[in-house]
Amino acid sequence: MGVDIGGTFTDVAVEVGKSYVSAKLPTTPDDPVRGVREAMAAALGRAGLRPSEIGTVIHGTTLATNAIIERKGATVGVITTEGFRDILEIAYERRYDQYDLFLDKANLLVPRERCLTVPERIDADGSVWRALDESALDDLLESVERLGVDSLAIGLLHSYANPVHEQRLRELISARRPDLPVSLSCEVCPEIREFDRLCTTVVNAYIKPLMERYLSALAGSLVDDGFECPLLVMTSGGGMTTLHTATRFPVRLVESGPSGGALLARRIAQQLRLDSVVSFDMGGTTAKLCLLDGAEPLTSRHFEVARAARFIRGSGIPLRIPVIEMIEIGAGGGSIASVDEMGRITIGPRSAGAEPGPACYARGGERATVTDADCHLGYLDPGAFAEGRLRLDAAGAENAVERDVGRALAVPARDAAEAIVRMVDENMANAARIHAVEHGRELHGRTLIAFGGNGPLHAARVAAKTGIERIVVPRDPGVGSAVGFLSAPVSYEIVRSRYTTLDPFDASGVNRLFGEMEREAVAVVRAGAPGAEIEIARSAFMRYRGQGHEIEVPVPPGPLGPAAAKRLRRAYDEKYVALFGRVVPRMVIEIMNWSLLATAAQAPPEPLPATAGQRAPRAEGTRRIHVEGEAQALEVPCHARGSLETGDRIRGPAVVSEAQTTTYVAPGFDAIIDGGLNIVLARVPPQAAVP
Amino acid sequence: MNDDSRVEMQIMWNRLLSVVEEQAQVLLHTAFSPIVRECGDISAGIFDRRGRMLAQAVTGTPGHINTMAESVRYFIDEFEPETMNPGDVYLTNDPWLASGHLNDFMLVEPVFLEGTLVAFVACTSHLIDLGGLGMGPEGSDVFDEGFLVPPCRLVDKGEANEFLIHLIKANSRSPVENEGDIYALIACCDVGCARLAEMMREFRVDSLEALSAYVVDTSRRATEDAIEGIPNGVYRSRMRIDGYDFEIDLAAALHVEDRGMLLDLDGSSPCSRFGINVPINYTTAYSVFGIRCIVAPEVPNNAGSLAPFRLQAPSGSIVNAPRPAPVAMRHTIGQLMPDLVFGCLHQALPGRVPAEGASTMWDLPLRSAFDAGRKSNARAFAVEMTHNGGTGARPTRDGLSATAYPSGVWGSQVEITESVAPLRVRRRELRPDSGGAGTHRGGLGQVLEVESRERAPFHFLPSVERIRFPARGRDGGADGAAGRITLESGAALSGKGDHVIPGGDCLIFETPGGAGYGAPEARDPRAVLRDVRDGMVTADRAQELYRVVIDEAGELDAEATARLRESAPAGSAGA
Repeated sequence: MGVDIGGTFTDVAVEVGKSYVSAKLPTTPDDPVRGVREAMAAALGRAGLRPSEIGTVIHGTTLATNAIIERKGATVGVITTEGFRDILEIAYERRYDQYDLFLDKANLLVPRERCLTVPERIDADGSVWRALDESALDDLLESVERLGVDSLAIGLLHSYANPVHEQRLRELISARRPDLPVSLSCEVCPEIREFDRLCTTVVNAYIKPLMERYLSALAGSLVDDGFECPLLVMTSGGGMTTLHTATRFPVRLVESGPSGGALLARRIAQQLRLDSVVSFDMGGTTAKLCLLDGAEPLTSRHFEVARAARFIRGSGIPLRIPVIEMIEIGAGGGSIASVDEMGRITIGPRSAGAEPGPACYARGGERATVTDADCHLGYLDPGAFAEGRLRLDAAGAENAVERDVGRALAVPARDAAEAIVRMVDENMANAARIHAVEHGRELHGRTLIAFGGNGPLHAARVAAKTGIERIVVPRDPGVGSAVGFLSAPVSYEIVRSRYTTLDPFDASGVNRLFGEMEREAVAVVRAGAPGAEIEIARSAFMRYRGQGHEIEVPVPPGPLGPAAAKRLRRAYDEKYVALFGRVVPRMVIEIMNWSLLATAAQAPPEPLPATAGQRAPRAEGTRRIHVEGEAQALEVPCHARGSLETGDRIRGPAVVSEAQTTTYVAPGFDAIIDGGLNIVLARVPPQAAVP
Repeated sequence: MNDDSRVEMQIMWNRLLSVVEEQAQVLLHTAFSPIVRECGDISAGIFDRRGRMLAQAVTGTPGHINTMAESVRYFIDEFEPETMNPGDVYLTNDPWLASGHLNDFMLVEPVFLEGTLVAFVACTSHLIDLGGLGMGPEGSDVFDEGFLVPPCRLVDKGEANEFLIHLIKANSRSPVENEGDIYALIACCDVGCARLAEMMREFRVDSLEALSAYVVDTSRRATEDAIEGIPNGVYRSRMRIDGYDFEIDLAAALHVEDRGMLLDLDGSSPCSRFGINVPINYTTAYSVFGIRCIVAPEVPNNAGSLAPFRLQAPSGSIVNAPRPAPVAMRHTIGQLMPDLVFGCLHQALPGRVPAEGASTMWDLPLRSAFDAGRKSNARAFAVEMTHNGGTGARPTRDGLSATAYPSGVWGSQVEITESVAPLRVRRRELRPDSGGAGTHRGGLGQVLEVESRERAPFHFLPSVERIRFPARGRDGGADGAAGRITLESGAALSGKGDHVIPGGDCLIFETPGGAGYGAPEARDPRAVLRDVRDGMVTADRAQELYRVVIDEAGELDAEATARLRESAPAGSAGA
């Protein structure tokens, strides 16, 4: 059973044999456990199962993220090295928007008043330059008391190279204040760069008490409800971990929800043997895209949480944790459309959300949104939206679109709606293109896997703008993340810093480091998957001396010997050429960070047989929609997803509707139902398209 | 224009902005120069056939904003479009044509669609070293400063001119990095060409004329409309700054007309004999950037949004340095131009313009003494730590502490600096009381203490400002604290030059604070209390400058505060 708590809905997906049963119920922010229990009960009821029949519960949640965004975490105190009180305050000395004179820097959760220091100093090579002054403890604890601190983050300089002072400080503090949770930077994020390391530690401390309470309440309620299986928690890196690890390092749970979508895409890519994929998850507030090569999502070791309203890079809190690399932009169904002073249509990033929602929800929202435009163009069935629980107000949508965009452009509602849709599609395509180039990838020729409430509706047009010819809409696309959790492996990844060049190369130091990392990671995985075979993948983060960006290069298994440096250089050169065209000869190569990922081995899913798709299914009815480039609305067939069978083929334009979303089969595309009941949209060669 | 094509134009405009952003990403990921990674010191743009800029990437530095907009025309004049072929790329680092000093290389590539030249793409990046005296103000003319490449064809129908690349490498201390950077620039142009051609095919257009007219006209109109809302008149301001061989006056008269602005810098000091002179293209870049932060900042940079702004300055003045003046450190003064134009704009738009800030970035170029490794066991190294002072208070908010403006530099991380050089940073903290007092307080400067871990001597080559003349307050706000450079052993060092820090001594580097806005005694006492609790302002200063009394328990004494604020005239308490 996969459980995903989102900001608006709690999704549950249960895998029964080869099919799924799902439920989608409102999240209950005052007591999230209640919503989870209700959604679980609903799904179990539909599946006809008892709690004791469930084998594993896999849980992902945005609670951690929301606590940060809504500033609902602990009162954190920070302890840094004397002379470095302002690591947070000073940050990167940078403004995230060049032209905005009135911006404020990211709120990093801890005011200067609660930033304390302790006399001590470790040098870059790990040697102790100034011993920890233990006599400072009394003053520190007095300040902690006075300031009402209920969770501590300790980030001393160069602690990634030598953790002894941080560890000793915790020992001293815990002896006097055993109730006070302490997060150490050398454990949460043992990486070089004091600001990023401290931010990660602060966020860990900030959500630690809250997540501890929540996870233990959830675990208790599962037992009360009769579940007898283990509860595993999703991490942002796309793996599962135990409750114990999740409670120690809750920062790793930030963004665990969206990672489920990437796992769903991975599973589809494995089943359909797709080498080159982009997942496209468009919900109510944002769209998220993730690139997958060889059926593995791109990953990263840093991430920014709680960005200011405009999703601008640098406006949030940097975290150095393993994550599935995604781009998120303010383009969802609820994104608000307007016209700026230059007469340009702008979409988002402000969103009407689910409350009050788009104008067509008729729940108090007045501003025109993408969903209103979709509604006015006929893509949405007013009577069958959100499992039929919400009747759309088509006239409300038209009025809003006409008033907010049509009037400013002096065009009728229909043209305004089309302009909104084209603009939001263009924005998503542009973001995807830039994201791809940042990672040295192309979009052209990829398969797009679309899900989320609005993904299947916009996928065909985004694809057309990015040279993508094939789209897959999986089953239950509305609860994509929860379904994705079901295929998550138990895994744990660690990143540590140790500086070396390739020439000379410190092989024994690196071997020692990898040895420690492996022991730590394997212990975590073993706890979540007892008895499983454990696979180890290692990487080095390398760059030419002088460059600012590091490239991840795989490190072969086993101890590194004398030939390792040469092999690493070759691997680096290959990767560099693939990314940027040519290597730079004779340049010194340096390595800052090393990562190790331990994963419980999983058998890949069975590949699905190819389906030619020759049968033309009978449509349930027709829908009048406005198709791009057509002057008049067209009457197009409307199919019910549940009635489609393997081998069916539908020629666009057409729509396929189901409980939580609608798939738009654009002109020029054929939709084929494959052996896994996925909808596969394939571009029809131009000559075939001529009747 | 019908509505269909108008929406189409908007979508293509968005695409142009996306293409230049993509170009910038390619350059950022492949460049070798640390200044590129610390400051994003690059730019990329798309131009129509006539050389009018249609889109420019928003990157870390405003120094390329106008310079690039003007440069492409030189190439069009120099190399006639009829003689250009697909795969040609042109190059120069002429400070007066590209971006103000030799390190900035600019490349231009024509874009062809089905055999017809339809546009140009261009990009600029900072290369590490061009020989000569390099990055420092000590050159007596531009020839001292390094190797100048006049506009020339770098790539001919896809074939790179190997001789030219050899020549550039042979004249550099960092030949390998320079070659890498040149190829990064070529890749950046190529991406722009390919994407632009793809866009034109997707939208089935064979010329950019209509789009160009739409982008330029729309942007120009929006900018002119914003100017129209500003009262006409001539607004003057002056600013005295430290300089090198003599103190420098910067003078400005901003002529606001119905739908345009002219900034006249007549009255500014003459050129220095050191390389802190500024070519006029670079002066224009930072001046117009400053104005555009206030006037229509939401309009993207292009030929239309820049057209309403003109700048003139007497040739031979420090802000219009003629050839062959030394210009390597032109950003030292260039980065003060926004403060100068803010002084004018504040009169035209009271309540909209911030107070002065530290503005010029305070970087620390540090090197081992030349005999390191020979006479002693000291390691050879060269690093450039980039740091900043405080920004000026805004009319509605405090200034930002230790934050870059107008440049977009990233501050260095101490752990990285110490990993690559045998240095120890003993302290990096905000300077309490360094933010100018005001209804809104200026941002604080910071203090850094740097020493050699090996107790070896090292060189320090600063080119910074606001040591003698601090950032000035606005509307009753106090000045920010001046910057200061000293040794632990006591000596004060000047802000420009080549200083040797003796082995075993410690360099103390205090960056300037931003100035305050509005009278300090009008500041909300609760904000003062917050500052005192946070240690940004000391309790003594709170009473003396803000006339806020904080009792021994650290709480606000509202009564005593009210009494104090009523009784004495501003500035007399505690003096």
